[in-house]
Amino acid sequence: MDRRDFLTLMAAGGALAAAHPHPADAAKAQPVQTSARIVIIGAGAAGTALANRLVDRLEGAQITVIDPRKTHLYQPGLSLVATGLKPPSYVTSQTAHWLPKGIDWRAQKVAAVDPEAKTVATEGGETIAYDWLILAPGLTLDHGAIEGFSLDMVGENGIGALYTGPEYAARTWKAAQAFTETGGTGIFTRPETEMKCAGAPLKHTFLIDDIARRAGHSSKMNMVYAAPQDTLFGVPIVAEKVRMIFEDRGIEGRLGLTLKSIDSEAKRATFRDASGSAVEMGYDYLHVIPPQRAPDFIRQSGLSWADKWTDQGWVECDMQTLRHLRYPDIFALGDVAGVPKGKTAASVKWQVPVVEDHLIAAIQGREGQATYDGYTSCPMITRIGRAMLVEFDYHDNLVPSFPGIIAPLEELWISWLMKEVALKATYNAMLRGRA
Amino acid sequence: MQDLTFETMIAVFEEIFGRGLFWAMVAVAALVTLAYIYVLIRDRSVSWRKFLVAQLSMPVGAVAAVWFVMGMTHSHLSDLGGPIDVIVFLGVAVMGAIGMAILVYTVEALIGSDRTTGHE
Repeated sequence: MDRRDFLTLMAAGGALAAAHPHPADAAKAQPVQTSARIVIIGAGAAGTALANRLVDRLEGAQITVIDPRKTHLYQPGLSLVATGLKPPSYVTSQTAHWLPKGIDWRAQKVAAVDPEAKTVATEGGETIAYDWLILAPGLTLDHGAIEGFSLDMVGENGIGALYTGPEYAARTWKAAQAFTETGGTGIFTRPETEMKCAGAPLKHTFLIDDIARRAGHSSKMNMVYAAPQDTLFGVPIVAEKVRMIFEDRGIEGRLGLTLKSIDSEAKRATFRDASGSAVEMGYDYLHVIPPQRAPDFIRQSGLSWADKWTDQGWVECDMQTLRHLRYPDIFALGDVAGVPKGKTAASVKWQVPVVEDHLIAAIQGREGQATYDGYTSCPMITRIGRAMLVEFDYHDNLVPSFPGIIAPLEELWISWLMKEVALKATYNAMLRGRA
Repeated sequence: MQDLTFETMIAVFEEIFGRGLFWAMVAVAALVTLAYIYVLIRDRSVSWRKFLVAQLSMPVGAVAAVWFVMGMTHSHLSDLGGPIDVIVFLGVAVMGAIGMAILVYTVEALIGSDRTTGHE
């Protein structure tokens, strides 16, 4: 290689490095002028991402975000906290840090929505009028539905509950870690309702199994995965793969079992099986995931489906546009949306641009074009260092982002790297409205 | 991933390292590259003598890069599960090796001994 070759190579490299970081800026559309009052309920992943995007797209809009939570949770990280791979601080940040300037954040809890008068009432007694309303309050965990269970039990006597938050995820690890050292029977449950990230119960099972195995205790472990559903995963092709991994690891999958009550003193859990009979099992470690429902104000304000998920109350909205079917000035985003699947941060990432499109089109008096086809993604960790990058849609089709490069049903290191390194970064970029 | 544009990649890298550190690293990489071009132009030829030392440093760079990535991500060699994993793994090693070689060559040329700066 002579000097000229070198110089050409280096010049090319230099030009690449010096490329302008925002090539899309020039092509960006002019902000839309409006005086619309937009109220976003919820400053979680969906509400924050949408607020940041709207601030860029609109000029003159009055945007109000209502959420009492001062701490923002990066919920995809809870599985890692509950297995001791990350500290609780990994998932927490300040809500205020992510919200854009120029909006009005009311740190209050919503009491009711009046979709006829187009107002939102807060528990602090305020009434906020809106032209457009975005429902993104997340969901509630119904711990009370499991008899004999209370949150102060988490971390003691072999009880874990990682969904409840960073502190509880850390306490879950305390209980789970003891189990990986002493062995015995571990029961990993799933609720019968719709739930956030349906892969998380499996991830917890796989990780705890892996940690015990690495410590040389696999012979002492009796791992049981108990789910109310009749399949191990909602997408058939993935369910079959999970069945194979279970067989390989010696994890027993017991279907049709719903956790109903716990006797924490005797360490016994009672399930209801498909026929309605009670099934009792002793445990040394029990991972509890309670039933999940829409917040009360959604149901009480008449925004839920009347004929679907009646015990859960998800918002009645169009599957493709997320627009409320009875109130066209209301949209649903994230966990609260009454659509199949889609209660993950990955879904939110795809839903937010769709709602943004339809909202801005509506403000301009046009029809929006974007549609959401149920995309969701689950980096299904199968052991420390490996995961399957499972992505699918409403139709149970696999929709891999990197077809032919990253196989969705293979346990790969690169999929683990994505979860470990790139996922939180992508999530944060999404919060800022940049991904 | 919905749309993997250059802008999204930049945003993601900014989030991984923090905006300050990321652009500092870009700046360092750019400076080393510029310094490298500078010494190539100044010396008017590639010094194969300097290149020998630079090449000897390559395995060190490769191992260091792999060790760094494995350590940062709780991974082990046994986690490599498919062809793409091997490609990524080798890619990390190759990047570490090339980065180290360029760095060593440039440092040698700028602050090295008479032997390596070309004043014979």
